[in-house]
Amino acid sequence: MTSVHLDVEAVRADFPALARTVRNDKPLIYLDSGATSQKPVQVLDAVRSAYEQHNAAAHRGTHLLGEEATDLYEGARAKVATFLAAQPDEVVFTKNATEAVNLVAYALSAPGQNPDLQVRAGDEVLITEMEHHANLVPWQQLCERTGATLRWLDVTPEGRLDTDDLDTMITGRTRIVAVTHQSNVTGTVPPVAEIARVAHEKGALVLADGAQSVPHQPVDVTALGADFLVFSSHKMLGPYGIGVLFGRAELLEAMPPFLTGGSMIEVVRMEGSTFLPPPQRFEPGVPAIAEAAGLAAAVDYLTALGMDNVAAHEESLTAHALDALREIDGVRILGPDTTKDRGGAVAFEVDGVHPHDVGQVLDELGIAVRTGHHCAWPLHRALGVQASTRASFYVYNTHDEVDALADGIRYAQRFFGAG
Amino acid sequence: MQLESMYQDIILDHYRNPHHKGLRDPFDAEVHHVNPVCGDEVTLRVSLKDVNGEPVVEDVSYDSLGCSISQASASVMSDLVIGKPVAEAMTISQAFLELMQSKGQGEPDEDVLEDAVAFAGVSKYPARVKCALLGWMAWKDATAQALSGTDQAHSDSPSNGGQA
Repeated sequence: MTSVHLDVEAVRADFPALARTVRNDKPLIYLDSGATSQKPVQVLDAVRSAYEQHNAAAHRGTHLLGEEATDLYEGARAKVATFLAAQPDEVVFTKNATEAVNLVAYALSAPGQNPDLQVRAGDEVLITEMEHHANLVPWQQLCERTGATLRWLDVTPEGRLDTDDLDTMITGRTRIVAVTHQSNVTGTVPPVAEIARVAHEKGALVLADGAQSVPHQPVDVTALGADFLVFSSHKMLGPYGIGVLFGRAELLEAMPPFLTGGSMIEVVRMEGSTFLPPPQRFEPGVPAIAEAAGLAAAVDYLTALGMDNVAAHEESLTAHALDALREIDGVRILGPDTTKDRGGAVAFEVDGVHPHDVGQVLDELGIAVRTGHHCAWPLHRALGVQASTRASFYVYNTHDEVDALADGIRYAQRFFGAG
Repeated sequence: MQLESMYQDIILDHYRNPHHKGLRDPFDAEVHHVNPVCGDEVTLRVSLKDVNGEPVVEDVSYDSLGCSISQASASVMSDLVIGKPVAEAMTISQAFLELMQSKGQGEPDEDVLEDAVAFAGVSKYPARVKCALLGWMAWKDATAQALSGTDQAHSDSPSNGGQA
C-alpha cells in the first residue's frame, strides 16, 4: 500500500492514534484532518522532552534551563520561518490562526497607531463568501468598530472564487483583502498571488488564511505576495495551543500590540509603558515552549517528507475520492470536480440522507468525517446546501480508506432507504 | 451494529412522514431555533386555546431542515403535545429532557412519553442529543412566549416547571 510520493506505511507507523480501534472494534479510518491532524510520535516526543528536560520560562533569567528553553522557542521560530521562506522576525507565535487574524484586525482599528494602517469609516474591507468563520467574523467586527464597509467576492456554483470583477471589487478605498489560501470545505485554492497583485496596485494589504494550505502544500510567502499569512500548528501534525502569524517586517513594525502584559514590554512605569519590537511585541505572557518544540518537530517531519510529496499524495487521494464519489447515484460533490487548484477536502451531499446521519453511519464503520457547516456557514448557503459531510485527507491516509468511505456512503444510503 | 438501537423504525417512520409539518395560521407565537454546530434549524408556531381557564395546546406547526433525529423528534413532539394542557405537555417535555440526559441509562415511562421512548438510544450518542431536543426547546420557547403575551400568564406559569 505504498504511494509513489510517500511511504504511507512508514508514515502511519509514526502515528499512535491510527492503531486505535473505535466503534464495533473497527480500525480507525481518520478522514477529519481538516478539523485537526493526528500527531506523529516525533511531535509527541518533542513536547514531552521539552517538559522533561528543558522546561523553564524562556526569555527570562540567567540560568541554563532558561537558556535551553529560549533556544527551543527561538529555534522553532527560525524553523517555521525557513518553512515559509520568511525571516524569523516576521514570524509571530499566537494561540492559533483564529487569534492571528484577530491580531491583525485589531491592529488595523486600534487608536493612536500608525495612521497609514488605520481603517476608518468609509474605508472598505474585502473578504470572500468562501471564508472559514475565523477569516470572516473578525473582519465583520473590524467594520462594525470603525464604520468601514465589508464587501465580499462571491463563490461560483462550481465552488471557485469569482474573480471576474476583481478590478472593481478592490477599489482605492480597500484597505485589506482577506482571502483563504485553501478552502476547508471544497479544497479550492483561489489565485491568491493574482489577488495580491491587484490589491497591491490599489494600495491594499492582503491577508491569506493558510490554515488549510500550509499543512498540505509548499508555501512561499514571497511568491504568494501575502502581507500576512496565518495558520495553526494542530492542523499540521503539531500540538494545539500554538499558531503563526507571518507579517512583513515593516508592517509588524508599524502595528500596535493586541494582547499586552509581560514579555512584550520594553519599559513599564505606572504612568505608561513602551513595547518591544516585533515579533516579541505580539507575544505576551510566558512563551509556550513545549508547544513551540512540538511545532518545530512537525515542521521537521513535513520537511523530511517534502511538501511537494505531501501535496502529490493528497492530490492522488483526492482524485480517487472524486472519481469514487462521482460513481455513486445521489451523491453531489460540493466544489471543483477536478484536482486542479483544489486540495484534499471533499464535501458532499447525499440525497435523502442528512449529513448527521451519514456521519453517524460512517462512525459506526470506524470512519471519522465531519458533518455540518464546517465553520463556513455562508459558503454552504452560497452553494445552496444546509449542511454537508466532509472527508479531508492527509499524509497518513490511503487509497483503501477512500474506498471504505465510498462503501460507507453506499451503506448509509441503503440503511436510510435512499440508495 | 448499534445503529439500529438508535435508529428505531418509529424514528425512521416519523422522519419519512413527519406529522403536523408545515406552518399554519392562526398562531400565538413563532420562534426560530438553530443548532449552531450543524446548521439544523426549525421555525415553530404554537397556538393555544383556553379550556376552563387553563391553556391547552391547540396546534403546533413547524418548518425545519435537519437530520433524521431532529426531524423525527419534532414530529413525535407535535403528536405528544397537541390537544394536551400546557402544564401536562411541559411535564412530558421534562421527562423527555431527562431521558436525553440519561447517557443510555434512562428507563423511560411509555405511558408518559409514548412514541418518544424510541429516542432512548439517542442518549448514548452525546452529539445527537441536541438534535433530539431541538424541536422540544423550540416548542417550550414558543409556548412561553405565547403565554406571556396573553392574559393567561400566571406567576406559577408552566414554563417554570408547572404544578402536577
